[in-house]
Amino acid sequence: MGVGHAHALYVHGHSPVHALAPQVKLAAIVVFVIAVAITPRQEVWAFGLYAVVALMTVALARVPALFVLSRLAAIVPFILFAVFIPFVGTGERIDFLGVLLSREGLWAAWNIIAKATLGATASIVLIATTEVTDMLRGMLALRVPAVMTSIAGFMVRYLELIISELGRMRMAMSSRGYDPRWLSQARPIATGAGALFVRSYERGERIHSAMLSRGFTGVMPTLVETRATPASWVLALAFPVVCLGMAILALVVS
Amino acid sequence: MHAPDGFLNAGTAVVTVALSAGTLGVAMRQVKQTVTDRMIPLAGMGAAFVFAAQMFNFPVAAGTTGHLLGGALAAILLGPHLGAIVVTIVVVVQAFLFADGGITAIGYNVLNMAVIPAYGGYAAFSLLRRVLPHNKGGMIGATGLAAWLSVLLSAAAFSIEWLFGATAPVPFSQVFAAMVGVHVLIGVGEAVISSLAVTAVLGSRPDLVHAALDSELGSAGEARVAIRTFVIGGLIATLFITAIVSQFASSDPDGLESVAGSEGFLDSGQEHTLAHSLFADYATTGVANVSMSLAIAGIAGTVTTLLVAWGIVLAVKGKPPHTGGP
Repeated sequence: MGVGHAHALYVHGHSPVHALAPQVKLAAIVVFVIAVAITPRQEVWAFGLYAVVALMTVALARVPALFVLSRLAAIVPFILFAVFIPFVGTGERIDFLGVLLSREGLWAAWNIIAKATLGATASIVLIATTEVTDMLRGMLALRVPAVMTSIAGFMVRYLELIISELGRMRMAMSSRGYDPRWLSQARPIATGAGALFVRSYERGERIHSAMLSRGFTGVMPTLVETRATPASWVLALAFPVVCLGMAILALVVS
Repeated sequence: MHAPDGFLNAGTAVVTVALSAGTLGVAMRQVKQTVTDRMIPLAGMGAAFVFAAQMFNFPVAAGTTGHLLGGALAAILLGPHLGAIVVTIVVVVQAFLFADGGITAIGYNVLNMAVIPAYGGYAAFSLLRRVLPHNKGGMIGATGLAAWLSVLLSAAAFSIEWLFGATAPVPFSQVFAAMVGVHVLIGVGEAVISSLAVTAVLGSRPDLVHAALDSELGSAGEARVAIRTFVIGGLIATLFITAIVSQFASSDPDGLESVAGSEGFLDSGQEHTLAHSLFADYATTGVANVSMSLAIAGIAGTVTTLLVAWGIVLAVKGKPPHTGGP
């Protein structure tokens, strides 16, 4: 789950990837991830190409490899599930170092691990090189409904505040010796969650009246639109579109 | 349950995107009519709250912890429409800003973690409110059971999507047994935290609990009844589900997919060569077994769909009469 700090995922830098307009990056990532997701699993060469494209982008963005690896931890539970499949999968068995594994299961495990890793790597590059406000602007430029981006904007803006409120509540609880080990001791956590809800809601009401007093009429003022040059579209989408083309080709041929 | 890219096949991804987007479109229209211009800051803060609440690690046993999912809690506190929107935003932000959950998996992640818990949980809650005593205790009991059920619905929904969009030769029955079995336990934590959190909000700002708006809540002294109702009801339901699940787990991996394949459930356009091999392998397994799996898949699917649909209908119906249909 997204444990951590709202800004911890941004890697400050001035790489060509950082400089791209957010909507271009978003579009490129989405095209790339769709290509990865639809590629038939037996086309190992295609996944090799995707990996090269992904690694090139990581290098171009100058995002530390260790950072990418640490963020890949989010998919570990699914990797574990994938590792488990060849043992429980049904179908034809093949002998691997004395252990009988399901052939179908091995393919399935490869499929899940390859796609999940590539998809997550692409998302990590996007997140590491795009600031939150830019990401929302990019979504708006790609015609995501303004209501959604506005709500997400509020959420992200106040997230840190609410999480640090949570931190203070936790610290207060620990300083009073609260160290629960069993579910029956969970009541203070639940009342804490309730209190946090009331505080968030009341804060929302205060924000709303503050907005009204500043002339809010029910429509969020449009953010400054970030412009993207045709050249940057071509540059950023070139590789993902090639990947998508190959994925479709592989899909048709297989 | 933040599934990564490529975990289910492309068809499932597209269908779940359509289902989620359609439901959210209805939710958005309904919310705009009632909450008007307060919606954006309130939903934003609600989303921030759900995100933060998911960081509340609660103890399970012997020092291990679980965390809140919050779909049912959000629906009960904020109303099902706003609840579904808020949790959707959380899931989308987690995918795009935290690399948690795949971008192409957004359809089924939103469906399983936002739409189904919010509407299914709300429907279960409304149903239980009719059965349980009309007091604060009954409300808290209903919250707990609805929260528990919402987690199970979510797990069942995932298994059913697996039935249609599996990328691995693990039969539906095993996935269903594992998912629902584990979530029977996870749901208990969800239930305890959700019901106690609603108690706390009812104590300080009862006007903020959307689900309590329709009823005037009397004395607070009757919470004991609720806890007893909750424990007994939960126990019976747990036994029931465990009985079904264990039945399932003990029957050997069955040929559901072979049946699904031969009856055309599996997308014939996909590269499901496994359908053939499985068919060969399982042509001789008991027919009763297969039909039972299909029956359970059918029942689970029907219950989930009915509850979610009913939640949507209830939520839409509960609005002023001038409201147009979805």
